[in-house]
Amino acid sequence: MTIEANTSALPPLSAQTGNLRPMLEWLARRAEPLVISLGAILAGLALFSVVIVVIGKSPADLFKLMYTGGFGSWFSIQNSLSRAAPLLLTALCVALPARLGLVIIGGEGAVVLGGVAAAAIALPFIGSAPPIIVLPLMALAGMLMGGLWIGAVGMLRHYRGVNETIASLLMAYIAIALMNHFIEGPLRDPASLNKPSTAPLPAEYMLGNIPGMDVNWGLAIGVVACIISFILIEATSFGFAARIAGGNVRAAQIQGLPVGRLIVGFAAIAGSFAGLAGMVEVAAVQGSANASLAAGYGYTGILVAFLARHNPLAIIPVAILLGGIDASGGLIQRRMDLPDATVLVLQGTLFVVILLCETFYGRFKIFNPDLWKRTA
Amino acid sequence: MEGIGIWGVPLAIFAGAIRVSTPFIFVSLGESITERSGRINLGLEGTLVFGAMTAYAIAVMSGSPWLGVLAAMATGAIFGLIHGFICKFPKVNDIAIGIAMMQFGLGLAFFLGKPFIQPVAPRLPSIPLGGWSDIPQVQSALNINVLFVIGGLLAVALWWAFKNTRLGLILRVVGDSSDAARAMGLNPDTVRLFATAVGGSLAAVGGAYLSLYYPGSWNEGISSGQGLMAVALVIFARWNPIGCFLAALLFGGAGALGPALQSVGVTQGYYLFYAAPYVLTLAILVATSSPSRSLAGAPGALSITK
Repeated sequence: MTIEANTSALPPLSAQTGNLRPMLEWLARRAEPLVISLGAILAGLALFSVVIVVIGKSPADLFKLMYTGGFGSWFSIQNSLSRAAPLLLTALCVALPARLGLVIIGGEGAVVLGGVAAAAIALPFIGSAPPIIVLPLMALAGMLMGGLWIGAVGMLRHYRGVNETIASLLMAYIAIALMNHFIEGPLRDPASLNKPSTAPLPAEYMLGNIPGMDVNWGLAIGVVACIISFILIEATSFGFAARIAGGNVRAAQIQGLPVGRLIVGFAAIAGSFAGLAGMVEVAAVQGSANASLAAGYGYTGILVAFLARHNPLAIIPVAILLGGIDASGGLIQRRMDLPDATVLVLQGTLFVVILLCETFYGRFKIFNPDLWKRTA
Repeated sequence: MEGIGIWGVPLAIFAGAIRVSTPFIFVSLGESITERSGRINLGLEGTLVFGAMTAYAIAVMSGSPWLGVLAAMATGAIFGLIHGFICKFPKVNDIAIGIAMMQFGLGLAFFLGKPFIQPVAPRLPSIPLGGWSDIPQVQSALNINVLFVIGGLLAVALWWAFKNTRLGLILRVVGDSSDAARAMGLNPDTVRLFATAVGGSLAAVGGAYLSLYYPGSWNEGISSGQGLMAVALVIFARWNPIGCFLAALLFGGAGALGPALQSVGVTQGYYLFYAAPYVLTLAILVATSSPSRSLAGAPGALSITK
């Protein structure tokens, strides 16, 4: 098809621009995930349009509304960014272990326990210590809790051979039961009648908004975490060792790499990000630990990480895109008389199509400069 | 629980085990077929909820709960076919596709199921086995639902079929080694496609139980992770159908512990009892796993145990 035409056009192009060749090669390699992902998103939207046409609505109206609701105004952009913020951190909880070949799907557990730990540690300090001390303490408690929780999954994996996918899933349910125990029992604020919660944080102890925006600091924390993770994986020897172990465990062991420490360490770092997401949810959104912590951010994070192909930098745009789709749900429901689950169907469709398109990687010559030479 | 006092606890656990375990039995039996073929479908949660919605909707419209179960099985098979079809492409990760299909199934179920939250559907029948006793608690505990009985029979039948039938052998060969299967002239992708479809249709029966028997209504919170947990139960049961049945019962019994204790006035740490089935499963997994060998009975081609 068009791919053939492109490849046949390439040799003369690269011959003319001999000194541009390294740049073209670099571009081609970088373009592959971008082009395939965008193509997949378009295909997913097309498929979803068919569903919308079948139920007698106009896809054009729908997409216009989705754009308006997600990114059409400063208000909706801020709404989308707010929804994206927790996803940045929970996606990292999936993406980092994935680089080592681990599929951890129980980030939800680290989120809820991180939130509970953050809320619990703040209790004795409220009023006696300034927010500048309490907030970092809360973050630390959340990260420590999340890191221990998912780190334990890594330990079970390495030292006991327990499958990490199943173990993390079971532990997520255990974590939710623990959270309910604490917020209904020992940590319950007697004043919270309808919705059991821990004692609310006073306003001055809340993590505020980023100056000039109606978006809390969670977004900035998430973006920084993504950048740190990217540097960790791509530019440190620790990350390099992890990538080797993820590619071939046997080779890593022969090289004397500490595979066990890598697995536990990466799982713990991943979990601490998810725990931090729980802390942000408590300190910036809920004001206390309650059942809303188990809002499914951990599970949506799986989606984000897989769509970003476990690349921490790619997580940022993917999370914002999903946040935007999520934010547009209410508008679609009101204006088009469609159920709010419409956005869930769209997310599911996109997810399936994008993962299906993984199969196209390496299929197109245009993205593989090694094959150009042969055609030249 | 006046009249029978403390005996109410084991009785409530027994009744609860049967009531809670039925969906787990079907989903885990379905998943055991899929995993025996060397593929894992993590999307059964979506299939289960979509099955619950379909069964309820068809039962409301037709007046027959059994027609609802059949319709659920058909949609479950379609979900399985989609999963199986997508997974046959190279470089596609079956675990990720499972999570995606879960999202898709949940979304579609809530999308299409909105009009059916209000109407009341006819319920599936149950078999009263407690007629010999005149204690109402015993009678209600022995009111066994039909699907539980079918699930038990199905577990035995599958266990037998895996061992003794041609189809069972084909499934196991494909699950243990794609190369061996190809050498026998079998197409692993086709076998896995149908194994995933059958698994999906059984998972949908588990959903039909939820909406048509217990709790017996359709809403967006109908499932509490039964579809996801079943995947763990299959590994826990070492891919043995009878093991799946027993694991589901054990899991159900552990889940019924909290409510049963609460009914006799034990409220201390009530919420911790909700964790009991998961703690139990995890503990047994940890105890029986080993870092140096893969799990006994694991299909060789299964990605999750490598």
